[in-house]
Amino acid sequence: MSPMFYFLAGLTLLGAVASMSLRNPVHCALSLVVTFAGLAGIYLGMGAQFLGLAQVVVYIGAVAILLVFVLLLTRAAGGEAEAEAAPSWKMAVLVGILVAGVMGAAVMTAGRGVPRETGPDPVPVAQIGRVLMAEYALPLQVIGVVLTVAMIGAAVLAMPEKRGATGKGAGLPGKDGLAGQDRALQRGSSERRQKPSDLPESAGRPVA
Amino acid sequence: MAPSIDQLFVNLLHWVVGFLPEMVRPWASLVISLGAILGVFALLFGLTTVCERKAIARMQNRLGPNRVGPFGFLQFVADGIKSLTKEDVVPRTADRVVHFLAPLALLVPVVLTYLVLPIGRNMVVLDLDCGLLFFFAAGASTELAVFMAGWASRNKYSLLGAMRAIAQMVSYELPFILSTIGVVMVAGTLSTVRIVEAQAVVEGDWLARWNVFTPWGLVAFVLFVIASFAEANRSPFDLPEGESEIVAGYFIEYSGFKFALFFMAEYLGMFSSSAMAVTLFLGGWTAPVAGLGWVPSWMWFFAKLLTLMALFIWVRGTTPRLRMDQLMDFAWKFMLPMALILLPVVVIWHRLGGGWMGWLVCAPPLALAWVLLGKALVGRRQIRPRTYRYAEG
Repeated sequence: MSPMFYFLAGLTLLGAVASMSLRNPVHCALSLVVTFAGLAGIYLGMGAQFLGLAQVVVYIGAVAILLVFVLLLTRAAGGEAEAEAAPSWKMAVLVGILVAGVMGAAVMTAGRGVPRETGPDPVPVAQIGRVLMAEYALPLQVIGVVLTVAMIGAAVLAMPEKRGATGKGAGLPGKDGLAGQDRALQRGSSERRQKPSDLPESAGRPVA
Repeated sequence: MAPSIDQLFVNLLHWVVGFLPEMVRPWASLVISLGAILGVFALLFGLTTVCERKAIARMQNRLGPNRVGPFGFLQFVADGIKSLTKEDVVPRTADRVVHFLAPLALLVPVVLTYLVLPIGRNMVVLDLDCGLLFFFAAGASTELAVFMAGWASRNKYSLLGAMRAIAQMVSYELPFILSTIGVVMVAGTLSTVRIVEAQAVVEGDWLARWNVFTPWGLVAFVLFVIASFAEANRSPFDLPEGESEIVAGYFIEYSGFKFALFFMAEYLGMFSSSAMAVTLFLGGWTAPVAGLGWVPSWMWFFAKLLTLMALFIWVRGTTPRLRMDQLMDFAWKFMLPMALILLPVVVIWHRLGGGWMGWLVCAPPLALAWVLLGKALVGRRQIRPRTYRYAEG
């Protein structure tokens, strides 16, 4: 078990270092996946089957894909990033030191009682389910609501964009909010349909 | 006689492992089992490609492979040798490391899914407590490999194919996983072995308790199989590799044996998701009715698996490719709501204890939901026999 642990820990650290130091953003994302996989391996090695597999499903199956999607949609993923520090690098260093300090302190103070080589006995997944559904039912549901709200928010954000794409000149919102904008849009599009000859003018004119 | 054939491979494994020292026995058992599974499924892969080509050729009124070996059945050997001896071309602008790793990153998780599939009685490599979760974890890792292949090739068609593949796989993963939750709820376990055992024939009953014999199980089975078509990027969901649009999708820039690896990973993925459908809904290695228990368990498993493969081939030969918007609408507006409606129905069925009362209560809402969701999906468009303006009359 021990050599396996050192191998996985090394892999995890290597992936983390690579994800910070590589130039190509996609390479960074892929190195981060190595880190995720290494962590999952460590969990599995400690007998936490459910946690390890959930780590793979959530982080490699969803978060990594999301990262990659964001990279591809926001910038040309082919380009190498410039080696420049972000303007807020002082703050970043401070936060980094603080986080590292807190985690280091936690590691130093805790973990004395647990033998390093063998973890606790594997917990059957049915037991995890029972605890989640009975004892922690409320927190679970609150998390569910939070995630649902986030999803609805994303859908709402995506919606006006779709409407805006149907008619030009939708960039300026009307005085009476979204509904007014919609009405203006419909008006604008019907005007244009009636008079196709003055399309360039009406398309350039702000409708409000 | 029958029990010995049933346990033939298990006993063989124990006999071989018995020669080894005590220390390495668990590892040796793992390696030998995995080797056997890979051998069997690789052979099955070869034979299925030939069968598929012949079946589709028949549907399209041509002959298909018929030169190599008896009835062309050794075609796959010729193809394998060809792909091994072909030049391995890597585009000059490609990202060499990622380009090289992508086929491996695709094949390894697919092979891992076979570890938790119960092929017969006592025939499973790893009886994990979270077997089903392991299956989905390994399956989820393949998406990234597809992206790696598409991105590293530096080809716009492969990137388009990869983006399509990821969008499709992420969308269909939801119904893929949600449709299995009912099975987990009823069986009360995530272990694939327990799930199969829960579906065996109960003493004094003539019909097995396969999940597909219940109203929710039937719907969930159909959803699962549709989603596994999409996960395997098979027709009618083969947009990621649509030949007429983006040449071959994410593996355009792969040649030689790397291409063969992609092809193999796709087929092995198809086998494993069909095998999971068999495990979850068709009772795994159990017999359908009482009195057929003497047939070896692994024969049942492979019979069911091959039947599902025939379905896959049939659907590929007879359905046209979907459009991207149709694909997404189908996933989000039909499959997902249907899978969500299933969950309360499963609870009601489980509380009622099944039987005719269960059918009476559970089947109508499911049928209603199916019809209404389908109507909402099709919308006001009328489906009539297609008329051709210029081709006929």
